[in-house]
Amino acid sequence: MLKIDSIYKTFNPGTVNEYTALRGLSLALKDGDFVTIIGANGAGKSTLFNAIGGSFYTDSGTITLNGTDITFMPEHKRALVIGRLFQDPMRGTSPGMTIEENLSMAAKRGGWFSHITKADREFFREKLAALNMGLENKMTQPVGLLSGGQRQALTLMMATIVPPQLLLLDEHTAALDPGTAEKVLELTKNIVAENNLTCMMITHNMQSALELGNRTLMLDSGNIIMDVQGEERDHMTVQDFLDRFRAKSGKQLDNDRMLLI
Amino acid sequence: MDISSLLGLAQTAFELGLICSLTVLALYLSYSMLNVCDLSTDGCFTLGAAVGAVVAISGHPFLSLPAAMAAGVASGYVTAFLQTRAGINSLLAGIIVNTGLYSVNIAVMGGASLLNMNKTETVFTYMKSALEGTFLAKQYKLLVALIAVILVVAFLTLFLRTRLGLAIRATGNNPDMVRSSSINPVFTTTVGLCVANAFTALSGCLLAQSQKALDINIGTGMVTIALASLLIGGTVMGKGSILKRAIGVVLGAVIFRLVYAAALRFDMPSYMLKLVSSIIVILAISLPYLKERMPQIKRRMAHGKGAKG
Repeated sequence: MLKIDSIYKTFNPGTVNEYTALRGLSLALKDGDFVTIIGANGAGKSTLFNAIGGSFYTDSGTITLNGTDITFMPEHKRALVIGRLFQDPMRGTSPGMTIEENLSMAAKRGGWFSHITKADREFFREKLAALNMGLENKMTQPVGLLSGGQRQALTLMMATIVPPQLLLLDEHTAALDPGTAEKVLELTKNIVAENNLTCMMITHNMQSALELGNRTLMLDSGNIIMDVQGEERDHMTVQDFLDRFRAKSGKQLDNDRMLLI
Repeated sequence: MDISSLLGLAQTAFELGLICSLTVLALYLSYSMLNVCDLSTDGCFTLGAAVGAVVAISGHPFLSLPAAMAAGVASGYVTAFLQTRAGINSLLAGIIVNTGLYSVNIAVMGGASLLNMNKTETVFTYMKSALEGTFLAKQYKLLVALIAVILVVAFLTLFLRTRLGLAIRATGNNPDMVRSSSINPVFTTTVGLCVANAFTALSGCLLAQSQKALDINIGTGMVTIALASLLIGGTVMGKGSILKRAIGVVLGAVIFRLVYAAALRFDMPSYMLKLVSSIIVILAISLPYLKERMPQIKRRMAHGKGAKG
């Protein structure tokens, strides 16, 4: 599946703002893995996702996805096989275009000069109905009129309408109100399970980091400092996590948000 | 002033408005859709006029139109290349291309800055002889312009609903989303600018041929005039489907020319055209902004008074 071999990334090299965000990080995922990732601010979680997603090229190391070396594959090409969601619900959709137009771009159906067909609309309607948000009746409305939660649910749909080989979720529920966040998380679980997607999810909620998925990574200073799965993980509590973090990194978790349960 | 000369003025305004509306449609694509303010428009307009005139003078009236459009595509490609691959800011890329085109245009015109097409066969002269004796005989220019506008509007409304068209619209809206749809925004920007500049060049080509003469300054200030028309069109038609907005754009161009013609009737000197178009653009862009800030400004003023008292 995904294989990351010792990647490094330094921002603003040679300046006072020089900052090494990834330091020789290596990781191997198996098909169908659902990995949750936690770590303090600046640990390199989002940088790791940006490296995998292709927002920049790494300084050294290699990234392989299903046997293909994607280290220097441009971002838009990686998007064929990697779906991504960000914290900002505005980032994944085009506000001036209608719901069906947004979906049609994500569905990647037809050639450059094809229009949205009746069959496409039927397909989109069916998919939208599954979200249970009434979006199937608003397909010709501009996305800009939707709420943050609706937009994030739509983005989730767009990222998975063609099932990707890997789904990257970067705190995709953090900007939503608790009720909506729970709903979007529920949708995420269903979609991941239905399509048997391999998935990585960054979260600040340690409880859901332990509850969701089958493996948890903790990042600090640009590397993985803890990697738990299987039986070991099943018996872990949030307190165990915090203790392990202190032991490994020699510091307290500096982020109040991470302590929220 | 009798009715017939008034009608004549209105007709000229209509003709000019329709021909220039092709440039406005080009900006509708680049400015409203792609969110790129293409400042190479002036030069590209003249380029289309120059290439069209030279090809027509050499005896190919119909070939002159696609030739002008091809030249526009080339110019648009260079502008797009500079801003997507060469790291040049999009406004600067337009200005650079615009400046370079001045030399190119004079070179195309064979070193002259003025070309005469009095005896040249063009699509307009063909239309004129085709309509001779019919009741439309005097509307031949209008008819050519109208056909061109209808074709371009039809093309745009169909094109912007294709997958490529959607991608171009999304590029101006949210390039991140375009990338995550596995489409390279560099590609969509390039295609968009090429298509837009093809229309700009066609617009220039038709204007020169309808006036039977071409001056190197024919395109000067065209980008501001077109922006003014675009913004007027947006105000007239408001939001809606692409077809509705495209028609609004054409209306905007015609309204602009009608108002301008009326102003000329009231003894406004013709050299005021460019100042008027600048002021329209300033008002159209800054009024909504100022309107949004008004409550705050009012509150601050009231606050100041309160503090003194």
